[in-house]
Amino acid sequence: MVERTPLLDVATQLLLILGIVLLAFPIYVALMAATHDVETVNRLPMPLLPGGEMIANLQAAWAAGDLGLQLFNTFVQAAGIAFGKVAISILSAFAIVYFRFPFRMAAFWLIFCSLMLPVEVRIVATYEVAANALTPVVWFGRAIGLDALLSWLWGEPVRFQLKVSLLNSYAGLILPVIASATATFLFRQFFLTVPNELVEAAKMDGAGPMRFFWDVLLPLSKTNIAALGVIMFLVGWNQFLWPLLITTEPEYRTIIIGLAELMPGPDTLPEWNVAMAAALIAMAPPIIVIVLLQRLFVKGLINPEK
Amino acid sequence: MRRVTFDGMLLPYLLLAPQLLVLLWFFFWPAAQAVYQAFTITDAFGGNAQFVWFENFTRLFTSPEYHKAIYVTAVFSVATTALALAVGLLLALFVDRLIRGVQIYRVLVIWPYAVAPAVAGVMWVFTLDPQAGVLAYALEGLGIDFNPYLDPVAAMVLVVLASAWKQISYNFIFFLAGLQAIPNTVVEAAAMDGAGPLRRIWDILLPLLSPTLFFLVVMNIVYAFFETFGVVAVTTSGRPGDWTAIMVYKVFTDGFVGLDYGSSAAQSMVLMVIVIALTVVQFRYIERRVHYAG
Repeated sequence: MVERTPLLDVATQLLLILGIVLLAFPIYVALMAATHDVETVNRLPMPLLPGGEMIANLQAAWAAGDLGLQLFNTFVQAAGIAFGKVAISILSAFAIVYFRFPFRMAAFWLIFCSLMLPVEVRIVATYEVAANALTPVVWFGRAIGLDALLSWLWGEPVRFQLKVSLLNSYAGLILPVIASATATFLFRQFFLTVPNELVEAAKMDGAGPMRFFWDVLLPLSKTNIAALGVIMFLVGWNQFLWPLLITTEPEYRTIIIGLAELMPGPDTLPEWNVAMAAALIAMAPPIIVIVLLQRLFVKGLINPEK
Repeated sequence: MRRVTFDGMLLPYLLLAPQLLVLLWFFFWPAAQAVYQAFTITDAFGGNAQFVWFENFTRLFTSPEYHKAIYVTAVFSVATTALALAVGLLLALFVDRLIRGVQIYRVLVIWPYAVAPAVAGVMWVFTLDPQAGVLAYALEGLGIDFNPYLDPVAAMVLVVLASAWKQISYNFIFFLAGLQAIPNTVVEAAAMDGAGPLRRIWDILLPLLSPTLFFLVVMNIVYAFFETFGVVAVTTSGRPGDWTAIMVYKVFTDGFVGLDYGSSAAQSMVLMVIVIALTVVQFRYIERRVHYAG
């Protein structure tokens, strides 16, 4: 503090607390709604003090949405995305920084360009590839005239077709979203700060590139991996559009989608208490992660190259 | 500095293969397909693609619905960005003045960031529900009849609040880091010259924060454009009368509900151009920052 301004300090504190209260308000309301029965929650104004129906509402939400399964699915999705993104990005960055090979910069730019193609801008076409992962193979086969060749072999008109569907599978939830230009850049930036002497020493000791990667680079990257992993886990947990498209069967539904389906319709007495209980269950795991791993999270977001 | 590298002909390609395969398969192939679809019209049964040049685009840009979607997106993203930046900056300025308790206040402000946009939407639509919502009731007490199901302005307020809410935390983290990186000596020098706290914010802190601010403006616009689909989907579904149907939401509904693949793909192209423009702007900023850092 530069000068003594007790009045201003108190005002700052008060405003800050007010801001934090306002920020927490929707979650507080959700928490209170989850403790009342359906009549009380629909009363205007709803009491802003806790009632006694929390357990009953949590149970109702758990049963109505099959939330146990959905939590498991979401966890698999989030962990898969976090692990996948970190793994393929660190390997790419290793290749780009520690090798000189033809098309190195082309590979780098290809990865960079993926920043410009978020799933939201190619929704329908990406869904088509997921519905049949062999679409490119089929297209290529037709382009080189396989239809004609097969028709000639069979002696009757044949269309070349192959199909592997990723709809309603963990692979479909995870695979199409694990490319990460951001993570690749961050690892590349970090690798560029690793002193050359380490590489030379490893080489002199007769270590090959993979040995160097496992025994030197990975241990050095531990904090970066953890920090990125936390952020990617949150990103994975909070996916909405992609799971909405790719899962039609309840067995693979994630909790964020399940929650959207628990939203009360307009006709009946709306069960906001159950919906809010489900919302609490859906947001608890990522909130716990961010509170416990605050330092890692902030570091991963802001200062990843150090 | 020249990097010491390993020899290997095949290995680097193997290391890059997983990422490049995912990219080619799920990014570039669909993007190319979207480009192709944007220039063709398929019949209702999905067969017989016909090449129609720019017909999808002319149809799109002459349709009043698309003009509306552009207008709605502009209002929505400007409002969301402005609100999230202003509140985030304010909270960061407050926390930056503290001597003790920075850690605790920081975690109290950042935890909404963990909440998914769709979940934020669920909570906000409840607090602003005209039949059961606490905030809607409070507004009624002030004489405001708040009904997001019928009133386009109220619906827009709802989606903006729900979208900006979690982004406040994101902006706060960057603003606070930016403020704490400003050397104390600069602030002390200004104080010695007689500048009060507000004057210092305006003349010292804000100008020094401008790179952070610029970066965040881009990031917030990207967020408002592309990551708020979930908010709209669970709160208003574009209602009333498409007055909250932002462009990304329209791509989705035209493609999967309306089954108008040509128009949906053409809209995808428009969005792609927007992301490319935003990425170029952001990348130039990052270049500059790297340059400053030495």
